[in-house]
Amino acid sequence: MIGMFAYNIPFASIFIMMITAIITPLIPNRKRLPEKLSCLSIAVVGLLSAYLLYELTASGRTISFNFSMGHFPAPWGNELRAGPLEAVLSLVFCTAMLLSLTGNFSSTAEDIAPARRNIFCVLVNLLTASLLALTYTNDLFTAYVFIEINTIAACAIVAVKEGPETARAALRYLVMSLVGSGLVMIAICLLYDLTGHLLMQNMHNAIAELVATKRYMIPLTVSLALITAGLAIKSALYPFASWLPDAHGSSTNASSAILSGLVLKGHIFTIIKVFYRVFGLNVIHALRMDTAIFILGILAMIMGSVHALRQNNVKRMIAWSSVAQVGYIFLGVGLNTVAGIAAACLHIIVHACVKPMLFTAAGGLSNAAGHRKGLHALMGTFYVNVWAGLGLIAGAFSMMGIPGFAGFASKLSLTLASFDHNSIVWALTALAASSVLNALYYVPAVIVVLTHNKDARKNFTAPAPTMSYKISMCIFLALNFYLGLFCVPLLRLITRGVNVL
Amino acid sequence: MLEKLLLNHYEAAAVILSGIGLTNLLLQRNLIKKIIGLNIMDTAVYLFLAAKGYVEGRAAPILISDGAGGWLRSSELYVNPVPAGLVLTGIVVSVSVTAFALALTLKLYESYGTLNIDEALMKMTEEQHQLEARIDEAEEEVLS
Amino acid sequence: MNEELRKIWQSFFDWVMGNGPRPENEVIPPEPPPDLPFTQKPKDKYSRFHEATLKERYDQWLEIHGLHLFSVLYGSLSVLTCIVIVSLLLATVAELPPFGHERNPANNEVIRRYVEHGGHETGAQNIVAGLILDYRAFDTFGESAVLFTAAVSVLMLLGASRRNKFDDSKSPHADGAGMDFLQRGPPALRHHVFRNEDTILRGVANLSIPIILMMGCVVVINGHLSPGGGFSGGAILSTALILAANAYGFDKVHWFFNERTFIVSSSTALMIYALSKGYSFFTGANHIHSIIPKGTIGNILSGGLILPLNICVGLIVAGTLYGFYALFSEGDM
Repeated sequence: MIGMFAYNIPFASIFIMMITAIITPLIPNRKRLPEKLSCLSIAVVGLLSAYLLYELTASGRTISFNFSMGHFPAPWGNELRAGPLEAVLSLVFCTAMLLSLTGNFSSTAEDIAPARRNIFCVLVNLLTASLLALTYTNDLFTAYVFIEINTIAACAIVAVKEGPETARAALRYLVMSLVGSGLVMIAICLLYDLTGHLLMQNMHNAIAELVATKRYMIPLTVSLALITAGLAIKSALYPFASWLPDAHGSSTNASSAILSGLVLKGHIFTIIKVFYRVFGLNVIHALRMDTAIFILGILAMIMGSVHALRQNNVKRMIAWSSVAQVGYIFLGVGLNTVAGIAAACLHIIVHACVKPMLFTAAGGLSNAAGHRKGLHALMGTFYVNVWAGLGLIAGAFSMMGIPGFAGFASKLSLTLASFDHNSIVWALTALAASSVLNALYYVPAVIVVLTHNKDARKNFTAPAPTMSYKISMCIFLALNFYLGLFCVPLLRLITRGVNVL
Repeated sequence: MLEKLLLNHYEAAAVILSGIGLTNLLLQRNLIKKIIGLNIMDTAVYLFLAAKGYVEGRAAPILISDGAGGWLRSSELYVNPVPAGLVLTGIVVSVSVTAFALALTLKLYESYGTLNIDEALMKMTEEQHQLEARIDEAEEEVLS
Repeated sequence: MNEELRKIWQSFFDWVMGNGPRPENEVIPPEPPPDLPFTQKPKDKYSRFHEATLKERYDQWLEIHGLHLFSVLYGSLSVLTCIVIVSLLLATVAELPPFGHERNPANNEVIRRYVEHGGHETGAQNIVAGLILDYRAFDTFGESAVLFTAAVSVLMLLGASRRNKFDDSKSPHADGAGMDFLQRGPPALRHHVFRNEDTILRGVANLSIPIILMMGCVVVINGHLSPGGGFSGGAILSTALILAANAYGFDKVHWFFNERTFIVSSSTALMIYALSKGYSFFTGANHIHSIIPKGTIGNILSGGLILPLNICVGLIVAGTLYGFYALFSEGDM
């Protein structure tokens, strides 16, 4: 069995982040103390998650456990649940969050007024807490509450940078998100009415019974459709993704990195939980939701890239590329097999590591080009800020799926997962087409950045990248290569995690 | 079907109300009206939940004294307390979200002087063009 | 014949390219010398008889009608979506378990325990209070955190920015380069026209504020015995503050309740909430006996942690709702 210390880690992680968020407004807003405190807490939580992961898998068996929040057992009280998959995801979320913050430490200082930085930290802590809660929760209504925290905090970190553009983008994001959470709320009410439970495990049992006796099939289908649609809007699945480029493109670099890399993933993981733990793959297949998700995933892979091709602003381009990458994840979910979901989770991890790196790199490059974000303005910036240039190149190669980089691993596992699926042709065609499209806009960006521009050094009077930027970029690059080269043990771990999910 | 709808008339009303709210949220171009639509939608969910909690002939879930120092504890006496808890959470969430949305709207109004989302968009694209033109000019200056 | 065709083709070509009909004896201006710098290229070669090209015409048309077309399309699409959603939901509702029936799936063993054992397990007479602050306390903690998030975000958007406008302009790199000319003037202040001597308002406020405060306290403190609790009681308390601000001016309220007090009180209350609930979660999950007494049902001092939690929540809600009002009407607290 698992040790007492590790047993309390899921609760402790959420609790530490919450306490940090609550205490941050009280500490003096000097010497960037709030940010340092947030980074410290996130690092502590990351280490705790790593230890939890070790405890859960070290003995060779795959352990998962439930943690009841309070003195009352499962169907009466709230419950958390932890397994290897949850531990891996929270480790990745903490790592990516920490690196996004440290990597953009100086650009945050430029973009955000001093008095707001304090609140920015509160929001980042709340966001981390809500992501961890979404990862660990075993209760659908708790998930809803933390989705709302996530929504408000995510919109607020878009608006934290002053300016009319960010206010508009945040408002648009908020309206779309609220439509999404409204649908989720209605779906949860319907499900509660049908099953009488809010806890995922009990809901699952009740739904299995309903499906076996063919009762309430229409309400079940509708509630599944509503909850999927609501979460899909929040995780920017293609037809509902129009808010994403504005929000991710206009905010400060740290916010863009966090939003693209992490916030979307929290909602996607909630969808996976709903599919796998609440409904069960058989029911999902019987209700045809897997096909819908599969088709939308393919659509997103293609259309996200097509939109990205038309962008001139580098941050917007990377933002649209997120839409395409979300499509990959949904393709994996839509395969509706353990291998497919494992591949989707691997892609969640890969994207959570690569996209913050791309945003951090793009921020560094546009800083080197005098805060201009047009692609043509970045010409030759590689030679001004080599670390950012390396980050952009590695990220671009990863997104294209060049062997050795992180994106290759997840694309390969998605391909392998689609082999025992009857729509393999569609999956493979879409993967190939989307990779080509990715290359069509990432390669020009890389070429532009690498092109020698003799004016570049003269005109671009950007300060040299700071130490924290260099270190964060180094870790990003190392993660990228680690995921690209040694993903097999990780994939095996994830598969074990999915099996006990 | 109509019979069943009449049986579940509270839920049917809630659903129609939420449809009205959603239409407002999507269709209105004025941001304040959009937010009102959102609130209608939330209220519809509360109505739905309240209807779901009701059980014919039972009392509100606050323990009733049995007159001899004890409490009547039979579950046959009280309605379902869970929806009440859910509604409470929903209300708080809705208040928070509304306040935040209104604050953003106020920000937008200060920037563009309009509550209409289309007008704001037009003004923004105009400004974007101006900004690009300025940047181009600045670049030309740098080049020459 | 061939010549004619060529001419027609030429005129069509010119029309498409936007060159207009050519005069008989036209002198085509010479091409610009190739070594001219890229940026100085003359903008329209045939400006004398410039007509819009198809693309330009399309752009122009789009500019004039595009938004209208878009809004019509968007409107009909969203109405369609809503009709589809509503009819789907109506079909769903027709299938749902019947209204008010006692054998519905929701009335199961979960509810039975809440009702039958809720009293002595939580010590609260109000089953809903016991449910949200003890059985499902994590949800309610999340809910308070939602309110805290919103309060902090609104404070960031409306409060902090205004005061630091001046700091911004002083700091050397407050804004991205190139954005300087987008800087607007100071935002319009939303000060009320404040009448100093509104006798009626003050009289009514004098009378009612103590009553409202008392009412709020009663609702908060009796949260575990009767309908009400932290959220509703806090809302009542905040109305007293709002009334005071309207009758005596925000400056007077500032004396005892300003941004600093708001932040400190909300954070402290939420912190007490988090720590006490954290203790109970921790002991519960690890099967350690909690030292918190449950008390006798029906007494004021009963319900374990529910009473202090209600007071914390009441403080947070009262502060936050007054804060929303002050920030929206004054732009400051």
